[in-house]
Amino acid sequence: MRYLPLTPDDRVQMLGDIGVDSIDALFVDVPASARREGFVDLPHFAGELEVERELAALAATNVAAGSVPFFCGAGAYRHHVPASVDHLIQRSEFLTSYTPYQPEIAQGTLQVLFEFQTQVAALMGMEVANASLYDGSTACAEAVMMTKRVTRRNRAVLSGGVHPHYVRTTQTLAHAEGMEVVALAAAVDAEDAVIAAIDAGTACVVVQTPNVFGTATDVTRIAEAAHAAGALLIAVTTEAVSYGLLKSPGEMGADIAVAEGQSIGNALNFGGPYVGLFACRERLIRQAPGRLCGETVDADGRRGFVLTLSTREQHIRRDKATSNICTNSGLCALAFSIHMSLLGEVGLRKLAALNHQQARALKTALEGVKGVEVLTPRFFNEFAVKLGKPAAAVVEALAAKDVLGGVPFSRLDPDAGLDDVLLVAATETVTEGDIAAFKTALTEVMA
Amino acid sequence: MSSTNSVGRPTAPGQTNDYVHPTLTGARGLLQDEALIFELGGWDKTGVDIPDADRPADDLDGLLRTDPIGLPGLSEPEAVRHYVRLSQKNHAIDLALYPLGSCTMKHNPRLNEKMARLDGFADIHPLQPVSTVQGALALIDRLAHWLKTLTGMPAVAMTPKAGAHGELCGLLTIRAAHEANGQGHRKTVLVPTSAHGTNPATAAFVGYSVVEIAQTEDGRVNLADLEAKLGDHVAAIMVTNPNTCGLFERDVVEIARLTHAVGAYFYCDGANFNAIVGRVRPGDLGVDAMHINLHKTFSTPHGGGGPGAGPVVLSAALAPFAPAPWVVSGADGFRLVEDQTGAAAAAFGRMSAFHGQMGMFVRAYAYMRSHGADGLRQVAEDAVLNANYIKARLGDVMSPAFPDGPCMHEALFDDHWLEGTGVTTLDFAKAMIDEGFHPMTMYFPLVVHGAMLIEPTETESKQELDRFIGALRAMAGAAKAGDVDRFKGAPFHAPLRRLDETLAARKPKLRWRPETIPPLAAQ
Repeated sequence: MRYLPLTPDDRVQMLGDIGVDSIDALFVDVPASARREGFVDLPHFAGELEVERELAALAATNVAAGSVPFFCGAGAYRHHVPASVDHLIQRSEFLTSYTPYQPEIAQGTLQVLFEFQTQVAALMGMEVANASLYDGSTACAEAVMMTKRVTRRNRAVLSGGVHPHYVRTTQTLAHAEGMEVVALAAAVDAEDAVIAAIDAGTACVVVQTPNVFGTATDVTRIAEAAHAAGALLIAVTTEAVSYGLLKSPGEMGADIAVAEGQSIGNALNFGGPYVGLFACRERLIRQAPGRLCGETVDADGRRGFVLTLSTREQHIRRDKATSNICTNSGLCALAFSIHMSLLGEVGLRKLAALNHQQARALKTALEGVKGVEVLTPRFFNEFAVKLGKPAAAVVEALAAKDVLGGVPFSRLDPDAGLDDVLLVAATETVTEGDIAAFKTALTEVMA
Repeated sequence: MSSTNSVGRPTAPGQTNDYVHPTLTGARGLLQDEALIFELGGWDKTGVDIPDADRPADDLDGLLRTDPIGLPGLSEPEAVRHYVRLSQKNHAIDLALYPLGSCTMKHNPRLNEKMARLDGFADIHPLQPVSTVQGALALIDRLAHWLKTLTGMPAVAMTPKAGAHGELCGLLTIRAAHEANGQGHRKTVLVPTSAHGTNPATAAFVGYSVVEIAQTEDGRVNLADLEAKLGDHVAAIMVTNPNTCGLFERDVVEIARLTHAVGAYFYCDGANFNAIVGRVRPGDLGVDAMHINLHKTFSTPHGGGGPGAGPVVLSAALAPFAPAPWVVSGADGFRLVEDQTGAAAAAFGRMSAFHGQMGMFVRAYAYMRSHGADGLRQVAEDAVLNANYIKARLGDVMSPAFPDGPCMHEALFDDHWLEGTGVTTLDFAKAMIDEGFHPMTMYFPLVVHGAMLIEPTETESKQELDRFIGALRAMAGAAKAGDVDRFKGAPFHAPLRRLDETLAARKPKLRWRPETIPPLAAQ
């Protein structure tokens, strides 16, 4: 077997050195009733070529986004990732290292995390960021739990623009924590509606911009209302490229900002692995979840980096920890950081402007289709349209015409009564030809 | 013989001296003293060629970002060099043995990386029509089948994104089951003293209070203490098996029986499944739920700390409460159950957006298919053999914490053997760095003084094990011979010396800050 270096002779010799006569002697502590003599009922060893054939055949039955006109978003976005990003993250020393528990021989990973934290904080206009969480949805849930610890209040108010999966992930964790979640009804352009729901027991207000319908909102007024009531504002974003065009959460008064970072450096991957971005005001950092990397010096006074403030974490605090998290999304954060370093502020702003332009072009095209009404008043690279018929069926019909024409809102929340709403996104990867093909196909389907 | 060539270039080392000096640049040979991107990059530079937009965003009045963001850019050559230089400051499993106990640092096959990057897996959207992702759903279904078969469990929740996320999923499932069965009053979770920190952290996160179970002299769960603490108030026990001392819980069947007798569930921390895969099915031991770290047992890369994946296998009693979404197969192909209606009405909720760590699923499945049922059994056997070999070959110079009987996939030593040497576990571990090895897990589990937990995994050759054993024997000899200086200041040959963690925590510096405000790059 190609992954197992021991030879039969090695095994015999090693058993002799241990002083036992068979491998079974090393498994004596397993109760007799649970010892399996034969193999489990699964196929045996397969060569590399054989495995490649099976997986390539499975992959070939999927429609890759790059092979058709593609307009899906709703929390995961197809962007172009420079070739050097994927090459660099496959360096052995990044790919096959572990959590930097020994900082003397993990400065590569640690310096990347320090740079990542700085990039994320800058991007979100916040003071400090952590070393990443699993994804945007879990970052949102963790942020909500954090506000309970900070405010000692027990109620979270979520706007109707928050991605329904994020709402449900948050509700799941909140239920476990005994925290009350008030999730307002899905609404295209009503982030402000949360203001009326804030009361003296509110720990946090969660708003999303651009929201799940694509609507971009200045949440400054909501932040002021939250602060006036002693609550914290959590700003959620599912499309990190939007920070290159739109006001940052920090500028609008957010206390905690969370985002899905997949858009930068990471492929669609059918939903994971992704990278959750988490940033907050510096005064809140000791209540933050997840790993933090900090600067220090070594015994010779040279600059170096370590994991720090770990007294918040589970391996020290056990049942008193701020979260049970014991990892970050290391390699995805690395990909994010490399892509961001390549972009720089100049590249990010251009990329964001181009995304916005493509989405406006898409809007112009779809407005020309009979029966299609654009719902989103202000958007970045994604907007909602009303079709007057079930969007799920329209999307299936489009797929039959080799167009992946967006995400039906009913897929995210079947109970919202928005079955005729379709979410469509356009990034820099979309061409004029793609938009024309979408328009033609949609015209046929809507007829 | 002449020792210079015809133009006077010396061709032999000649006389050298012992002058050791800091270099003038901070570099050490090939190891560069690499600046931060914020010190390297240009505020007006970019390494990505992107066309300018044809029209301004004149539809977003009042929403536009006008403040400087503060992100430097690097050209591609600069970026490549920056990250390659940084990479060279990391230890990695591809460089040498990485004996971090409880972490299963095994080789990461490159076939897995290639397969995960196929367009049909990497370039598909989680919310495309299910008719266009049948191959992806089939892969999840096949992986689920393997996980269920290997564990002897009837169901699996695929979406948790890491081991700790799997623990959370498992305990939320248990809590939902209790609530559905009128057992919501159960608020206690029993956890052995040797458990991973994530176990009590997870239990507390789910709203349970944690009570510790004592350990026996031979490193196992104390049955009498367990029995005394079990009762109608207990929701679950969380037991790692093989446990964090590297030992199989001999009484695991009895532990399960006692637990079930009081109506509690048995959650097994599956971090150490690598020791028993293909030889023991947790389902045969009475386990109700167990997470599987795909990044440990099934070789997906650790990536400097994630991303992992932590699917949770479940008993029939717990299966209905598993979180959405999941894959079901029918006559007309695969479907996704994505919301809590119909058959999923009892689901406790959702662990995250979308369907789990697909990229890790592809890698883990490629690994399982490569090994097959026979290879996976050999994996467990070689992992256990390698650990026992280390324990046997180091047992006379170091002190095994539990000398009697075999260990499983990891060998645990205490610091008894260092008494009187002036060398601590930390010193010894740091000196291993100078010898070219990553230190073992140290000071964990907490139940053993100065613990050193060595997990070689099955992907080490006998030659590499002998090299490792030789190094540790020589180091043990040096420590006992009074060569304390070798240890006290170690490491001497790493990119950095020991770091001041106290300073880092006392004055947290969590980001680079500009000396001056950078110019507005966009102008």
